[in-house]
Amino acid sequence: MARTILPFGPQHPVLPEPLHLKLTIEDETVVEALPTLGYVHRGLEKLCEVRDFNQMIQIVERVCGICSCLHALCYCEGVEQIMGVEVPRRAKYLRTIWGELHRVHSHLLWLGLFADAFGFESLFMQFWRVRERIMDIMEATCGNRVVVSVNVIGGVRRDLTPEQCAWIEQEVAIAEKEIRQLTSTILNDYTVKKRCCGKGVLTKDQAYQLGAVGPMLRGSGWAQDARQTGYAAFGELGFEPIVEFDGDCYARSAVRFRETLQSLDLVRLAIARMPAGETATNVGGAGDDDTPQVIGGKRGDIMQAYNRDKSHRVVAAPPPNLDIPAGAIAAKVKGKPQGEAVTRVEQPRGELMYYLKADGSKHMDRVRIRTPTFANIPPLLAMLPGCELADVPVIVLSIDPCISCTER
Amino acid sequence: MFNMTKNVVANLFAKSSTRLYPFAVRGHFEGFRGTLHINIDECIFCRTCMIKCPSQCIAVDNKAGTWTCEAMSCVYCGVCVDVCPTGCLSMSKEHRPVATEKQTMAYQGVPKKKKKEAAE
Amino acid sequence: MLETIPLSLDQVAAVAKECFDDGWRQVTMSAVDCGEAGFEILYHYDKDLVMKHYRLSIPKETVVPSISPVYFCALLIENEIRDQFGICFSDIVLDFGGALYLEAEVRAMPFCKVSVAEKQS
Repeated sequence: MARTILPFGPQHPVLPEPLHLKLTIEDETVVEALPTLGYVHRGLEKLCEVRDFNQMIQIVERVCGICSCLHALCYCEGVEQIMGVEVPRRAKYLRTIWGELHRVHSHLLWLGLFADAFGFESLFMQFWRVRERIMDIMEATCGNRVVVSVNVIGGVRRDLTPEQCAWIEQEVAIAEKEIRQLTSTILNDYTVKKRCCGKGVLTKDQAYQLGAVGPMLRGSGWAQDARQTGYAAFGELGFEPIVEFDGDCYARSAVRFRETLQSLDLVRLAIARMPAGETATNVGGAGDDDTPQVIGGKRGDIMQAYNRDKSHRVVAAPPPNLDIPAGAIAAKVKGKPQGEAVTRVEQPRGELMYYLKADGSKHMDRVRIRTPTFANIPPLLAMLPGCELADVPVIVLSIDPCISCTER
Repeated sequence: MFNMTKNVVANLFAKSSTRLYPFAVRGHFEGFRGTLHINIDECIFCRTCMIKCPSQCIAVDNKAGTWTCEAMSCVYCGVCVDVCPTGCLSMSKEHRPVATEKQTMAYQGVPKKKKKEAAE
Repeated sequence: MLETIPLSLDQVAAVAKECFDDGWRQVTMSAVDCGEAGFEILYHYDKDLVMKHYRLSIPKETVVPSISPVYFCALLIENEIRDQFGICFSDIVLDFGGALYLEAEVRAMPFCKVSVAEKQS
């Protein structure tokens, strides 16, 4: 039979980002798929050679537009590991809370887009309406909606007041109620099931051998989640990954849907267990505790806040070359990292891995970012052959592609 | 069918889930990083903000006493506000107004004299 | 400090096969430009949330045997390294020939440290 090569993307209604697939089709059946990348490559890894290691926090946050907090978290944990810094417990919990809120809003975004991919516009609107509540929490607690910029090496830049905690709990409860109302639609609706069940099947062995991560891996029956390694406060929260066994698009969307609810629970649990012994002023090693006198205050106040912080701050031992100009509070992180570290966190899309190498200067030697979508593209290539052309958008979207992440 | 009827009735009597935009504006939360401001009189032109800025949008000239910020390059991370030794930088919660071309925020201050000169 | 297992060039494929049979999942490979000393390639594997890392040090202009016949998922990583560092791999399952990110006519390797990064004052 005659074969046709059909370009899918880089601009396609279901793709929020430019991924190009060359689909070889026979009739309506896909025989082969070849990816082409490079539309949004920005060379962020390379930037580590010209920006110092503190500035890299804001740069790695911009690897992904959706899960920025977790990129910064992964990077900071890596540098802290190299420098031997122990983060205060409250900061760990705050990182957990913001990280989980990021997961919730990312999954809601994806669930909306997924509904949109098979033409269910009303469901898309419903999910994004709920997501707006989470975005409001971000804006009120972090200062920005998406690229929150709260993580710094040694802690977090902002703290939650008890009123904010109560408000978050309240908002999270409403969001959960609203999400539960959508359960029957996203999981049981006839149209949804017809479009998702049995499409793009990835068997258990295939998923593992092809290096799938995140909901792709868990949708195929593997209970593996980087949160089990206990980064941030996950070690203390008790965490069970969510697993589905069918390995099709439906299983993956079910994993993400259930994870959304689980993350809301984790947010509540983290708020409830957040250590109260350390008060807001003691949070983090980075000085800013979000009290107004620090942000807009005079020198005296800042010096006071800075000195207060120094008391509990663990500086890397042994401190290498200290070159803080006298009186400058700008150098909040003393010393420079030297060594290597590999850190992993669970992004909404899957396991994110950073390999960091520092040579003791103020620039990192190498920042290697392995994003989850990068690992999920080979399984996508394995899933596409044999499927119908009409199912390609749904299958492509079911890996939750984030191409900006992939190409960095 | 029953579910549907329930939803229809509920939606008929529920409040609108969107805002009537020009009449009801959302506004921003306290602590939102909207616009960067500088109190140029307190600035000592130490260039810390310029060095620490991740997007390198701030330029400070300590001889001429100028402080400029490429407003379009700023990523609103608030690092400069945190590191400023005199606290002359601040962020307000309102967005910058919409503009038709790229803008640079430029301020002219009085460069600080060295201690010796000041004492004389 | 990161604990790594040294790896020599002729072991690459054999070790990959061993890991594959032993049920390790390939996490990724990281290439590092070490200037005069050439390149380092780190192979990261994961099994039950435990990671192990192999370190391969090679001089420049070395052709590294590909592990993509064993781990299919390595093909994207190896093509990416080819694009960014100019390290060639032999027998990649799907060889983009240095044109995964780049257009075919572009021949500059953006990641090689050609010039020393300018330091900020």
